Amino acid sequence: MSELRVIVVGGGLAGLAAAVRIAEAGLPVDLFSVVPVKRSHSVCAQGGINACNEVARQQGYSEYEHFDETIYGGDFLADQHPVLEMANWAPRIIDLLDRMGVPFNRTSEGYRDLRLFGGSLFKRTHFAGATTGQQLIYALDEQVRRYESEGKVTKYEFWEFLAPVLCDGRCVGIVAQDMRTMQTRAFRADAVVMATGGCGLVFGKSTNSIICNGAAAARCFRAGAHYGNPEMIQVHPTAIPGADKLRLMSESARGEGGRVWVPRRRGDTRAPRDIAEADRFYFLEEKYPAYGNIVPRDIATREIFDICVNQGMGVSGENQVYLDLTHKDPDYLTRKLGGILEIYEKFVGEDPRYTPMKIFPAVHYSMGGLWTTYTPGSYAPAAPRTKHKSGSAPPLNAAIGQGMQPGALNNAMTNIQGLYAFGEVSFAYHGANRLGANALLSCIFDGLFCGSSVVNYVRSEGVSARPASGMQPGAFDAAAEGQVKAGAALLATATDAPGDKATNPYVIGKELGDEMTAACTVVRTEARLKQCLVKLAELKDRYAKVQLSDGAGWSNQAFGYARAVGDMLAIAEAIAKGAEVRKESRGAHYRTDFPDRNDAEFTKTTLASYDATSGAASISLVPIDASLIVPTARTYGKKDTEKPEAKAQPAGAV
Amino acid sequence: MTTTDHAARAAARRSAKPGRKVLIRVKRCEGPGKPSRFETFAVTIERGANIISCLQQIAANPVTVEGTRTTPVVWDSGCLEEVCGACTMIINGKVRQSCSCLIDEYAPAEGDVITLEPMSKFPVVRDLWVDRSRMFHNLKRLRAWVPIDGTYSLGAGPRESPDAQEARYKLSTCMTCGCCLDACPQFLLAESPASWDTSFVGAQAFGQALLFNSHSTGAQLKNDRLEVLMGPGGVVDCGNAQNCVKVCPKEIPLTEAIASLGRAVTIRGFTRFFTS
Repeated sequence: MSELRVIVVGGGLAGLAAAVRIAEAGLPVDLFSVVPVKRSHSVCAQGGINACNEVARQQGYSEYEHFDETIYGGDFLADQHPVLEMANWAPRIIDLLDRMGVPFNRTSEGYRDLRLFGGSLFKRTHFAGATTGQQLIYALDEQVRRYESEGKVTKYEFWEFLAPVLCDGRCVGIVAQDMRTMQTRAFRADAVVMATGGCGLVFGKSTNSIICNGAAAARCFRAGAHYGNPEMIQVHPTAIPGADKLRLMSESARGEGGRVWVPRRRGDTRAPRDIAEADRFYFLEEKYPAYGNIVPRDIATREIFDICVNQGMGVSGENQVYLDLTHKDPDYLTRKLGGILEIYEKFVGEDPRYTPMKIFPAVHYSMGGLWTTYTPGSYAPAAPRTKHKSGSAPPLNAAIGQGMQPGALNNAMTNIQGLYAFGEVSFAYHGANRLGANALLSCIFDGLFCGSSVVNYVRSEGVSARPASGMQPGAFDAAAEGQVKAGAALLATATDAPGDKATNPYVIGKELGDEMTAACTVVRTEARLKQCLVKLAELKDRYAKVQLSDGAGWSNQAFGYARAVGDMLAIAEAIAKGAEVRKESRGAHYRTDFPDRNDAEFTKTTLASYDATSGAASISLVPIDASLIVPTARTYGKKDTEKPEAKAQPAGAV
Repeated sequence: MTTTDHAARAAARRSAKPGRKVLIRVKRCEGPGKPSRFETFAVTIERGANIISCLQQIAANPVTVEGTRTTPVVWDSGCLEEVCGACTMIINGKVRQSCSCLIDEYAPAEGDVITLEPMSKFPVVRDLWVDRSRMFHNLKRLRAWVPIDGTYSLGAGPRESPDAQEARYKLSTCMTCGCCLDACPQFLLAESPASWDTSFVGAQAFGQALLFNSHSTGAQLKNDRLEVLMGPGGVVDCGNAQNCVKVCPKEIPLTEAIASLGRAVTIRGFTRFFTS
């Protein structure tokens, strides 16, 4: 009998959790990653992972409230049933990670310690030092290594996913390339799980790792997979500008009294300490006397952006403002903020206890991603409920299966049969804005819960009767051949001559990042988005004539980068078009020309599809599952009415 | 880091001017078995520049200081915030992560030179990119995991004191970068995987063995791990040079881990002698 097997692409939290679950069920797993899986971007998550816990429960918290917070935080854009299931599952995930040996911080009695995080009145965030993501991925990496040593998981590290192989309307494998030998070949599988993370690199510099270019998602998109809510990109207000990337600076710096300011006079070149109080513009404090520096995150992001980009008042004429803690006692700062101040010191080389930090908002997370389906669970209220009153009794117990039907074949499946999307690369769960410490949860939940769906799908009658291993080689050969040809054509553009800047992939990539950051991040308008689409068309034309500076057939990174630029252009177009179509403001998406949320027209998923003939993305709007909670204005109890309330975000959401 | 280091770094940063040119001298190699050569690039330094941003600048316009067109430098990188371990290389003779290496501190003046070489104890793939799969292989050898009963819901893990958690957390921040191995006189380059199982495992593996032996479920495999560490390439091969602990970017107490495992191996040896 032919063997059934599964391919997992991506070795971050979602991919590793999927590999563990699927291998445990007895199906062989081939795990592909562009880096050794232990170095995936999940290592960068710091804050923690949310779950209802016994302490919070006894104070009135519940899985239902976690669900409610996540829907509200996402500004009512997420399909609701999957979020309910995720919240119900969360406590089990923490227990499992605990059993795997994650060194969660402990109370004096030896229980798991908890911290308060944005979007909740209860302590529901579990953490391991200041590197929770790193600790979680290491625990899953170790479990995968165990299966690897038993021969149940085969790793293909430094292999890059190029395309899904489709046959008779099913995904039956992938084409991938070894980044060292540059060998390209097809691999067969009865299901393929994409767990390839976000697309920060589309914006040039972001808080993401260098590998988060969205290329794998783009390659599925171009093969016919739909992409949901591409315009929903979370921008974090405080990151450390760097020459290579933007590193996150935790919001706790403002929580501990940090003041945001710029010199009142444009082009003031004095050192910050030489600028008198009267010459400093504490713009958040002046504009928002009630909240000051701790205005909700999206407001802080927009104001800092406005000061620098629109008014040109950034420090030294650049996109940066001061985040100043120097008025506080240095010992106090060390005690309260030691870890994050160390990061700043390490990468900027200045001690924030004595010199104001320079910060600017940065692209941080993509709520949008490959569009997926699911089978709703058993909970079906006659009418959607009103917002849950914090701390009150939950309307239902947290039994498994109320949100999504466990093991249903289509859970987390894209519109391509047999092609699944887990973790950040999926559009599910976070709606228009992700709450802090919910990302790690959604990755592991997908891997474990939807991993079972993959197993059931592969073993279902229609698939197991026609396994990929028994199929004619035609489709696999053709798919591999196509990629080999495209690769050879790209490699053949290599030249020793001083290349034209217009067709230099690095220059195109840089211009793409600059354009997307200017048009598609904090503030969006119809006119600017249209201009952005014109620029993208120009870049696409130039990209068609791209020229490499390295023609080597061995470990050629310039080649890999140039190929990814083409994919980033496809995602960029979907983002810009989604933002143009969504004529409202919701969560991370803010349109100055449409500053309010428009539930009647836009409580809908923006669905991007790729037209292979024209090479263009088109957007349609599809209804969402809002059958459990009625949308309400997202105010976080704010009394102040001079600001558009529907767009407020919780302090502390990451 | 010592106070003098700190002061020297600060002084260098204060004197460094953005817009200056520094020279990045890179050891190049086109692939396994190919000869190495040095190429030097002049790079314009912007504020906040690190080795990564310099290599990015070179990639966009790969022209040496002599004006010769060449290929972009190949190197490994990931998170760029010193938590993934990928971008480790030898910078001015010392092994470290290149993302946290600030140009203002290493080359504060116009025309200063920084030399980049690949790690010396791992086979070169191309230029500064090396193959560190041996480190992951050693984790398999040492069964560096907690043998759980599966992923189904079975309640919480064992309770743990804050002290024990802190000790494990420190060991668990190891990002498999390989600095400790590159600096170790006993850990040698082994091109062929055939020799890995009998070669010195090095400090990284010792730290991880201790991490899992310190967890109550992980300790189920303690004797298996000690057996490996009693064999060839185990603790007795450590020459006590203590370089590992000096170069570890996460300040993991590696020499303490080695000492602790040395004691455990001795006890295990006695037990085995008297019970067999």
